[in-house]
Amino acid sequence: MSNRRIDLDALSFRVVMTGIALLALVLLAAPTVVVVWVSFTNGYSLKFPPPGYSTRWYVELWNAWQLQFAMMNSLKVAAWATGLSVLLGVAASLGIARSEKLTARVLDSLFLSPLVLPALAFGLSSLMFFSLVGLPVSPLTLIIGHTVVSVPYVVRNSVASLAQLNPSLLEASASLGASRLYSFRRVTLPLIRPGIMAGGFIAFMASFDNVPVSLFLRDAATDMLPIRMWQDLEGKLDVTVAALSGVLIVVTIALMLVMERVAGLSKRLT
Amino acid sequence: MAATTLRSVTTYDLKLAAPLALGFLVFFVTPLVILLALSFQADPQGSRYGLTQYVHFLADRFSLGVLGSTLWLGVKVTALTLLLGYPVAWLHQRAPGWGKGVIMLLVLLPLLTSVVVRTFAWVVILGRQGIINAALGGLGLIDAPLKLLYTDSGVVMALAQVQMPLMVLPLITALSRIDPNLADASSVLGAGHWRTFRKVTLPLSLPGIIAGCLLTYAAAITAFITQSLIGGGQMLFMPMYIYQQASTLQNWPFAAAISIIFLAAVLVVVSVFTVLGRLSRGYTNA
Repeated sequence: MSNRRIDLDALSFRVVMTGIALLALVLLAAPTVVVVWVSFTNGYSLKFPPPGYSTRWYVELWNAWQLQFAMMNSLKVAAWATGLSVLLGVAASLGIARSEKLTARVLDSLFLSPLVLPALAFGLSSLMFFSLVGLPVSPLTLIIGHTVVSVPYVVRNSVASLAQLNPSLLEASASLGASRLYSFRRVTLPLIRPGIMAGGFIAFMASFDNVPVSLFLRDAATDMLPIRMWQDLEGKLDVTVAALSGVLIVVTIALMLVMERVAGLSKRLT
Repeated sequence: MAATTLRSVTTYDLKLAAPLALGFLVFFVTPLVILLALSFQADPQGSRYGLTQYVHFLADRFSLGVLGSTLWLGVKVTALTLLLGYPVAWLHQRAPGWGKGVIMLLVLLPLLTSVVVRTFAWVVILGRQGIINAALGGLGLIDAPLKLLYTDSGVVMALAQVQMPLMVLPLITALSRIDPNLADASSVLGAGHWRTFRKVTLPLSLPGIIAGCLLTYAAAITAFITQSLIGGGQMLFMPMYIYQQASTLQNWPFAAAISIIFLAAVLVVVSVFTVLGRLSRGYTNA
């Protein structure tokens, strides 16, 4: 009798937990699947299920010069912001990661704070700042703003990698006569490289996807992809946007799998 | 002597952080100070200074309503995300190697897909011709399409999906740190699965729950794109309110004051969760 009650208890627990988990996983995957699915419609609207299937909207992408232009801008800004984030962020991480000074702890919190502050408030304040110092909005102001919101990802991942670095390796390297620069190149850098790559990858995605900062810091000539797509979607449900989304999803999955292999992405995010 | 030599080869000079610190001072701290200063301007010309903008906000039922609904939205999204996300982390813990990989891919995918793309998918799912309406109509359960887009529950559902990775990842970390022997001990001592979960697993994963809730809450209330695309014109939340005041109405001092109030609200929430996190770590380590 008591045995049977325990079985029921175990069964109900497993069924409920697994059931909710599967529901959540379907919920997580559904939007991605849906976008790719409807992007192959042959109709003019995003009706579900599509009346028929074709690749016409993917072909249409070749002529969608507005989207292409916006995409090039977003890629350029993201590349610059990522480059600057890695350069400044890794240097800063080296300085603060193994230091017990209060300054280092304060700087660590400062560098990570854009992660929790509302980006829109930061975008607005940057616009106020640039207009006060008389610098008109331009690709330069965009890159500066994007770097501020991207650099925390690089700092977080680099600091975490440096914290795991065994100091005896550096002592061994030094005792064998290696200079500091040589030790850095041959010991520190190879060991923290996966962390830097994962951080740089997330920083790139964060910049490429950023709307709130771009809204305030771009000039009229610099159309950014997420803003272009957002405005296209507010006006009309454009199927070309679905095709572009399909392309972005495939590229993202491919990059994710590559980063998982070379940098252990998922281990760095948990 | 030897100690200092060793130390000097294992640590790097704090000065390496100077360029980024300087950049943050100029392009992050200074703008926020300017934002604060501007919020004290009584009028857009800046002829007088005072608390006018704050008084205006706090005396205005509409503005307070926007703040209230934004903070409440965060609570609803965080609760739903925790309810759905916890079992995902639990399943990840028990899954075999390949299952872990699949779950991780499904969890990470939304995190790295463009937020516009994710939100756009929800427009397709929730729309009048969308999947839910097509399915319910096909089953003959409804005669006319349900209004799902531009509703509160639509926004909560879409935000829960968009922010779920932020909840699941810290939970996976927390669950992996729990000694599996504790659950075994609990069941050997006669506790059932539900009781073990309530009394052992759940309390021990508290740091992960708190970290996940903090990230989800902060992201949900600031998720500008999802809020405006799924919520539509009738629902106004703080980020859009700031944007309207700043861009459309060019009322910078008021926009600055709203931003400061919003920032303060976020900081209060972050501090509360941080204190809770410390307490819970003390509790789980005890």
